[in-house]
Amino acid sequence: MTGDLPRPNLPPLSLHVPEPKFRPGDAADFSDIVVPPAGEARRPDTAAAADSFHDLAYTLVRVLDDDNQAVGPWNPRLNPDQLRRMLRMMALTRAFDERMFRAQRQGKTSFYMKCTGEEAVSVAAAMALARDDMCFPSYRQQGILITRDWSMTEMMNQIYSNKGDRLQGKQLPIMYSVKDHGFFSISGNLATQYPQAVGWAMASAAKGDTRIAATWCGEGSTAEGDFHSACTFASVYRAPVIFNVVNNQWAISSFSGFAGAEATTFAARAVGYGIAGLRIDGNDALAVYAATSWAAERARTNQGPTLIEHFTYRAEGHSTSDDPSQYRSADEASEWPLGDPIARLKAHLIAIGEWDDARHAAQDVELAEMVRAAQKEAEKNGILGHGLHQPLDTLFDGVFEEMPWHLREQQAQMLAEETASGRPWDRK
Amino acid sequence: MNMIQAINSAMEVMMERDPDVIVMGEDVGYFGGVFRATAGLQAKFGKQRVFDTPITECGIIGVAVGMGAYGLRPVPEIQFADYIYPALDQLVSEAARLRYRSGGEFTSPITVRSPFGGGIFGGQTHSQSPEGIFTHVSGLKTVIPSTPYDAKGLLIAAIEDNDPTIFFEPKRIYNGPFDGHWDRPSQNWSKHPAGEVPTGYYKIELGKAAIARPGNDLTILAYGTMVHVCQAVVADAGIDAEIVDLRTLLPLDIDTIEASVKKTGRCLIVHEATRTAGFGAELSALVQERCFYHLEAPIERVTGFDTPYPHSLEWAYFPGPVRIGQALKKIMKD
Ligand SMILES: Cc1ncc(C[n+]2csc(CCOP(=O)(O)OP(=O)(O)O)c2C)c(N)n1
Repeated sequence: MTGDLPRPNLPPLSLHVPEPKFRPGDAADFSDIVVPPAGEARRPDTAAAADSFHDLAYTLVRVLDDDNQAVGPWNPRLNPDQLRRMLRMMALTRAFDERMFRAQRQGKTSFYMKCTGEEAVSVAAAMALARDDMCFPSYRQQGILITRDWSMTEMMNQIYSNKGDRLQGKQLPIMYSVKDHGFFSISGNLATQYPQAVGWAMASAAKGDTRIAATWCGEGSTAEGDFHSACTFASVYRAPVIFNVVNNQWAISSFSGFAGAEATTFAARAVGYGIAGLRIDGNDALAVYAATSWAAERARTNQGPTLIEHFTYRAEGHSTSDDPSQYRSADEASEWPLGDPIARLKAHLIAIGEWDDARHAAQDVELAEMVRAAQKEAEKNGILGHGLHQPLDTLFDGVFEEMPWHLREQQAQMLAEETASGRPWDRK
Repeated sequence: MNMIQAINSAMEVMMERDPDVIVMGEDVGYFGGVFRATAGLQAKFGKQRVFDTPITECGIIGVAVGMGAYGLRPVPEIQFADYIYPALDQLVSEAARLRYRSGGEFTSPITVRSPFGGGIFGGQTHSQSPEGIFTHVSGLKTVIPSTPYDAKGLLIAAIEDNDPTIFFEPKRIYNGPFDGHWDRPSQNWSKHPAGEVPTGYYKIELGKAAIARPGNDLTILAYGTMVHVCQAVVADAGIDAEIVDLRTLLPLDIDTIEASVKKTGRCLIVHEATRTAGFGAELSALVQERCFYHLEAPIERVTGFDTPYPHSLEWAYFPGPVRIGQALKKIMKD
């Protein structure tokens, strides 16, 4: 197989295959992660040229300091009501996840995905965007819908594929679609939303609209070709779009090194495209808010796209089909140097005298109750585990605007067969 | 062994025999794949030969093509067949044609493994059957096993084969055969004769169908999961049908098909993929071309509908016993 030329003096080449630092049984030690002090990173003018702040793609923009104070030029100076709302939405997202995870374990649905530890990424961003900006999320940004006050019962109807499911049981659970809340239909195919977000943003610009687009993917997904095509288009046309890369360290069992993290940061992907790049503490809700509003202002003033890497940690399994104890150290989540986003925002509110443990505990009880009530409401429409809720004929709805002959024929044949089978399902 | 273990065993055997066989794909290394098909391989053969890849299917296949051109025998995994589309250009324009366009100087001896098919509540993006796309492309072989024994023998043959092969694994029967009734538990492979799989080397030639059930009244052409569903339906209906398990869609074992249909005079084609322009259309045309004067009834097809795979109504979509049973009756009436 190898060439037959003798080359006795050349060293053999070797192939580098990345390896995460810790595996099951190892003690996690993140002391090599550089966590710069909060408040240290400069905040360029939103009109500054992208190539004038490359350093921001390699550091971590942070606002909340070790004493739980908000410091530095990126402090978004939110008022206590805004801070409390942010905390509430993050806690509600977590309560929702807890409940739905359990529902899956109880056999009420086929699948669920939590965003535990990443709540700031979606909630703070949703608060910083305008309500009518269009979001192109991946499957871990349920916090956007919750922050935009979309009905949790509706979300659960979709998770249960029940009678109330607006998507008629056609999609996998958690693959929401809520156009009038600026939430694009989620795809299970990774990174496909990236160029779509750019297209939406370009259309908005071409029409002289004022709305911008934002999109999210995991760090693992940045390896897909779609990600790179999206960056090229966004750069060329200065599309008013915000690219969020949620670097939660793991892509199922593959650590971030398999997407290139050993060589550089994900924010640095922006540099090669001439796009503004920021790397931020994704567990610092104030940093997420500040970076998103900064990027939104750039987009709205025709300065073009921004790529934000949210440095965070996926504290739970990839999905209900995953068992993270098989591939990573059990203490990674607790050792994670950037802490828990909810605990940090709560500590900040307490530190500035605008919150206390008792109120927080009461809020947790209230939110759990809200989620439970929504669940009760949703379960009136049925759960997936109890069989089929969609009238049989809806199977053919929505393939095309109008049903062509071959689908009408197949539908009729299916209904006839079901009738003849002696145990027919519901019809429209 | 169940089918996952048999597939694992095939790769293990081939990696032992041939140092040029390498395994790559999303999560296949340390973790052993989301379905555990590559479990233990990295521990045994090291990271130079079994490794995780970035999440870029076009990259995975493109890199495999390059490795194959160098002289390795890559066995890349695409985590779900639904995610093969980003790699389509590498498969269709590159892997499939490399031998042809280089006058035989370069080849793509790659075996692309991917779980496919539905019936696991996987929704639109974990359930599709894209085999028809690949049989339409000149230069690719397409293999679909229906038992652990066949899975191992066919996978070994595919890895040894010097052409690019798409090896689709019917995930619904990874753990055991299945009668098509969604509300009944599936059997375990350990209770099935085809669940007995030798640990060593053996192979099943590509391009040869198997008679899954001999019979005289009617020929059923099926592959993968559908072989098991058809067997259950035929047993219930009490029809003496011959079930031909195609095993390799391309190259197709036309002789076995032709002999069977000429013997029975009737033909039912069953697959889970959507109907229009699916592989069943090709089968139907071939049978018509070659067996027309022997046919006593029109050829029938039972397939998935021409809709995306629905999440909650997946058992209505699935070509299950009800639909297959009706088609059998209809053909036998004539
Ligand atoms: C095109 C495509 N390839 C593979 C998959 C299977 N898959 C689903 S999620 C996932 C990992 C994604 O990791 P990352 O992008 O880091 O996002 P995270 O889940 O960590 O938020 C993989 C490989 C898929 N859904 N789509």
